[in-house]
Amino acid sequence: MHKIAITSEGPSLDDQIDPRFGRAAGFVVVELETMATQYIDNGQSQVMAQGAGIQAAELIARAGVSCLLTGYVGPKAFKALAAVGIKVGQNLEGLTVRQAVERFQSGHVEMAQAANREAGH
Amino acid sequence: MIIAVASGKGGTGKTTVTASLATVWEGPLLAVDLDVEEPNLHLFLHPTIEGSAPAQLTVPEVDEAKCTYCGACADLCQFKAISVMGQLLLTFPEMCHGCGGCLAVCPEKALSPGQRELGEISWGKTGSGGFLTGRLRLGEAMSPPLMRQVKDKLNQMLAVGGDAIIDAPPGVSCPAVNAVIDSDVILLVTEPTPFGFHDFKLAWEAFAPLGKPMGVVVNRAGLGHGAIYQFCGEQGLPILAEIPYDRVIAEAYARGRIIAEVSSGLQETFVSLLSKIRDLAKPGCPKQAAHA
Repeated sequence: MHKIAITSEGPSLDDQIDPRFGRAAGFVVVELETMATQYIDNGQSQVMAQGAGIQAAELIARAGVSCLLTGYVGPKAFKALAAVGIKVGQNLEGLTVRQAVERFQSGHVEMAQAANREAGH
Repeated sequence: MIIAVASGKGGTGKTTVTASLATVWEGPLLAVDLDVEEPNLHLFLHPTIEGSAPAQLTVPEVDEAKCTYCGACADLCQFKAISVMGQLLLTFPEMCHGCGGCLAVCPEKALSPGQRELGEISWGKTGSGGFLTGRLRLGEAMSPPLMRQVKDKLNQMLAVGGDAIIDAPPGVSCPAVNAVIDSDVILLVTEPTPFGFHDFKLAWEAFAPLGKPMGVVVNRAGLGHGAIYQFCGEQGLPILAEIPYDRVIAEAYARGRIIAEVSSGLQETFVSLLSKIRDLAKPGCPKQAAHA
């Protein structure tokens, strides 16, 4: 079973990608074989003074995903994701969740080697 | 007596007033720069530094062999400085506020105290008294833990008697509150401009609940408008001194001079300010009503 998480402004495949990782509205978790989805609300991370990226990383790690598709990821979240082996595809803002998944499945999402944002944004 | 020189807006003249008061002070005085993010009082007082020490914060160090990933530390930490990710314990020392809670709750004794460098504390003498300053390490985001260590040193140095004057950081957030909270008198330095007035009100709102005597110095008097005077009148906040908006003062400041030494008139301004601060600190003087 191969699951990936996509930062999303809403719960469905046709919602827009939320460009932020740590302070994303939520995560659509997609099972790639069946395209079944599950939504994880990230409201608690949005109101944290600091550490939102780390908390978000904990949330999607618990969901058992192997890959994250998003807009941008800060350095601490990237460290946490890398530590548990979750790969990160970045700079996907402007797409819907479904478009991002399709691009990933067609092999056109490069996996990031480093964070693409400064801390705290 | 400890007096804290604070402001809402930056650049209103805290250091100018602190340095000038230090030069007209009667009796032993310790001049303290608590604006640890950008200390500059030394530029005016030219202290001889006699000692310095690194300031450290206690952060957790992990013994992976003992950790059972129970998550007690991560559940306790409000700052996400420690996180359990599956079979991994991750620490983010730069996020740690040094409370020691994780060390206390770990049932396996898998955490031990490590250290993060906050900056440096240094002390010495000026011509007329003692000097103490903190300097935050470049890249360090948290100044209150360093400020608390500077204040511990202040209390040690003040144990022999005398007064202290604190040059506080601007703003009204944790660093500014930390700088004024242990003082006996708060001196608010402002300027009668729209920005000056706006931030002055924020500072008054932040500090009034501390219930300490507060007085106001209006710098660049003659500039802007009268809203500050009207506000102080309505709130019963005494204006203890006015420093005129004058090119001569700006030039002296830019050369690193102390403005109380620029003219006899300015010297009198600060001598009179000092005497009014002493009056304000006397017990029985009406304090600002708590405004919580």
